[in-house]
Amino acid sequence: MYLAPVELLFEESRPGRRNWRTPGSDRATATADLPPHMVREKAPALPELGELDLIRHFTRLSQKNYAISTNFYPLGSCTMKYNPVVNERIAADPQWYHLHPYQDDDTVQGALELMHDLAADLGEATGLPGVTLHPAAGAHGELTALMVLRAWLDDQGQEQRRKILIPDSAHGTNPASCTLAGFDVITVKSNDRGLCAVRDLVEHLGDDTAGLMITNPSTLGLFEEDIVKICDLVHEAGGKVYMDGANFNAIMGITRPGDFGIDMMHLNLHKTFSTPHGGGGPGSGPICVTEELAKYLPTPSVVKGDEGFELSTPQSSIGRIRGFHGNFMVLVRAYAYLKRLGAEGIKRVAENAVLNANYIRVKVSDYWRVPFDRTCMHEFVARPTKEMREAGIHTIDIAKRLIELGYHPPTVYFPLVIAEAIMIEPTETESKETLDAFIETLIQVAKEAAAGEDFLHQAPRNMPVSRVDEAKAVKDPQLCFRCQ
Amino acid sequence: MLAAVGVKSTADLFTSIPEEVRLNESLNIDDGLSEDQLMRHMQELASGNQPATGVNFLGGGVYDHSWPTAVDHLMSRSEFLTAYTPYQPECSQGTLQAIYEFQSMIAELCGCEIANASMYDGASAAAEAGLMAMSQTRRKKIVVSAAMHPETRETIHTYLKHIDAEMVEAPIANGVTDFSGLIDDKTAAVMVQQPNFFGNIEDVVAVAEAAKEVKALSVASLYPVATGILPSPGKQGVDIVVGDGQSLGVPMAFGGPSFGFFAAKQKAVRKLPGRLVGISTDTEGRRAFTLTFQTREQHIRREKATSNICTNNALIALRGCIHMAALGPQGLEEVACVSRQRALEMVELLDFAGIRRAFPNQHFFNEVCFQVDNDEMVALFKQNLKAQGVQGVLAMSAWYDNMNGCFTLACTERTTPEDLITLSTIAKQTFVPEVA
Repeated sequence: MYLAPVELLFEESRPGRRNWRTPGSDRATATADLPPHMVREKAPALPELGELDLIRHFTRLSQKNYAISTNFYPLGSCTMKYNPVVNERIAADPQWYHLHPYQDDDTVQGALELMHDLAADLGEATGLPGVTLHPAAGAHGELTALMVLRAWLDDQGQEQRRKILIPDSAHGTNPASCTLAGFDVITVKSNDRGLCAVRDLVEHLGDDTAGLMITNPSTLGLFEEDIVKICDLVHEAGGKVYMDGANFNAIMGITRPGDFGIDMMHLNLHKTFSTPHGGGGPGSGPICVTEELAKYLPTPSVVKGDEGFELSTPQSSIGRIRGFHGNFMVLVRAYAYLKRLGAEGIKRVAENAVLNANYIRVKVSDYWRVPFDRTCMHEFVARPTKEMREAGIHTIDIAKRLIELGYHPPTVYFPLVIAEAIMIEPTETESKETLDAFIETLIQVAKEAAAGEDFLHQAPRNMPVSRVDEAKAVKDPQLCFRCQ
Repeated sequence: MLAAVGVKSTADLFTSIPEEVRLNESLNIDDGLSEDQLMRHMQELASGNQPATGVNFLGGGVYDHSWPTAVDHLMSRSEFLTAYTPYQPECSQGTLQAIYEFQSMIAELCGCEIANASMYDGASAAAEAGLMAMSQTRRKKIVVSAAMHPETRETIHTYLKHIDAEMVEAPIANGVTDFSGLIDDKTAAVMVQQPNFFGNIEDVVAVAEAAKEVKALSVASLYPVATGILPSPGKQGVDIVVGDGQSLGVPMAFGGPSFGFFAAKQKAVRKLPGRLVGISTDTEGRRAFTLTFQTREQHIRREKATSNICTNNALIALRGCIHMAALGPQGLEEVACVSRQRALEMVELLDFAGIRRAFPNQHFFNEVCFQVDNDEMVALFKQNLKAQGVQGVLAMSAWYDNMNGCFTLACTERTTPEDLITLSTIAKQTFVPEVA
């Protein structure tokens, strides 16, 4: 299919072309009482288009995307699973989306009940009963949890505890969130098995330790086998353990973080609980904490009172971390997903996610270097072989070749502890046929890479654009139409 | 597949999890439902809601504006809905170009040179603006108007309380902010909301100038629809313009998700939080869109990043993008004018003994603060409206100690003259008992 370049809205614009009208508008009446400095001379210079212009513009743009509904998306740590369309149908009901956040509680009982029950189910699934649905995304949840930790430390008279330990394989959001919450970051090394090095951890523990932020399963797709001991050590040192729950898909229904010693964690509802990623959000990043920490959670939470469900503020709440009550429409989708699956379905998700990842791993490990080639969780990390690198082929070439062959590439160059990393997460929703085809492709590309095929450097050659000059975008910044 | 992996059962895949912490029984979560059962369950649950689909005068940061059907239609395309963050530009040109267009239109409404790809919401965008101003000025004091949305102020407070920063609230005088004596050479940012929480139009020019005098940055939190009439804050000298995009084609959705926006001057680009899309070229010289200035971001800079934000609210920003493009300049102006015309008519209709404007000397956009005898009368009015299926009345005493008897009502282009008659009839029945 030929996909022509799509002009910018501003280039398609024609003076006076109309689309949306609001009858009864009268600028003179609307502005008569306002002093001149409060009235702009002319309306903002938005593009002027007809409805068909608009429909074609955005439909044609959409065709230039890979998406789960069109292509396999084995993007490590991002859990790009299929999003059941029934959730979209439910979310399109005005009985959910046409609620104003300041309506009286008695007129939004359905919404509050949904939030209450979703929080209870997430608390059960994580073994951490204190749940807030407030954070807008995973990183926002991390920040919220670190603020909860600060509040707890202050209450304990332990203000001097300012250090957070973070394994070197962690997501970048972890250290960035620490800075925002006023903590200092200490990096803990991984050991030769790809796990958090307990020996290194112990060396950093002390009376200045606020806690540990650990991703489990880790970004290497490995379960932290010493997690119980690790949690004990941090607790003995007087700190708390935070778990980045980005990879919860691998273990839900199998084990519960609250049971292996975690004090707080976030969930990414837009990953694990299948709400669509939307090209970069909206997400929702609830945090789940122990009973001890629940009183510090942000406001508002939903409680069941004598007269039904109501919004309330936890006793020692850190306060508000955003406006209103959370990304409610994301919660509706996650709730529907959970209801559809039930306890057994959730467990099946984890089993199939882990089986699918291991299936790809064993089938490709003869062709790619797999640094930790043992049973993995929901994802694993591969990298080009020495032969490929000597032939001048890098991970970027592999990623771009996969695009050319119809696949969204895996996560690349992350985690940072593996040079040239290629992180593959198939998720549970892909069929064996899809996995087999992807495996075939990975083997084919491995052979091409080992042979140092030059076309790998030119890939992708069949997309709307070829490789983009990212340096130029910084050197000559063109960030919006007007400032060009 | 199990055989290929070399295990006998799925349980064998999980042996790296210590046995003592593996679950032996099912989670205490209800059994799964069929799709049909799920739809019925959701219907039943939703029946506990009384959606504000009828007459609605509630505002306070979330407004009942309408949007073109094209917005719902286009953003439900699964190529937008189920794509990831556009880190791979070659297979994400659709999302990238749409974000670029979003940035362009937001920058235009804000009157700024650049805008980012979106934030979580207006409140967290304002908090991030405070952090950015601190980083840019290397100062620690943030002066915040007490007439900013209370939830925005609370959010800023939460963001600042654990770092070395000071938040000072500028008091309200006659319904607008009085910054006098608070802005000094220790001030990083001066923050104001336009129009403010009471609906009053603030003197943004004066705020921008006062900040400039001491080399602080001015920040305006903007209700974007108001720019159909009001000047863009960036053009009035404001350095950073943030706000919530709910009014740009986003359902009220019980308060989320909407999207936050963040606009600033070009020279601040390296301090900006969040994602940015720019134009470049591909290897054949064709125009191509890509994420840019990523060295500011957490996945590269880690603890030294300008913000921790990763996932933002891209899909809702796309709604805003399509909405702004559908409205165009005239469409936006019409929405703003009709919203304000209805508010003017409302003020005329609610002009009788027992109710008055709280700040009669101030100019408003589409939201007006009224005053009655006391909070009991406010509650009674609200109850009487509710009995007639009308949503409205946001009592100010929920947030302000000294505003007993004050409440706001907001109009949009969806408000009809008949709605206003209904409102004034109920108001008369409430405040002028002999009429009843």
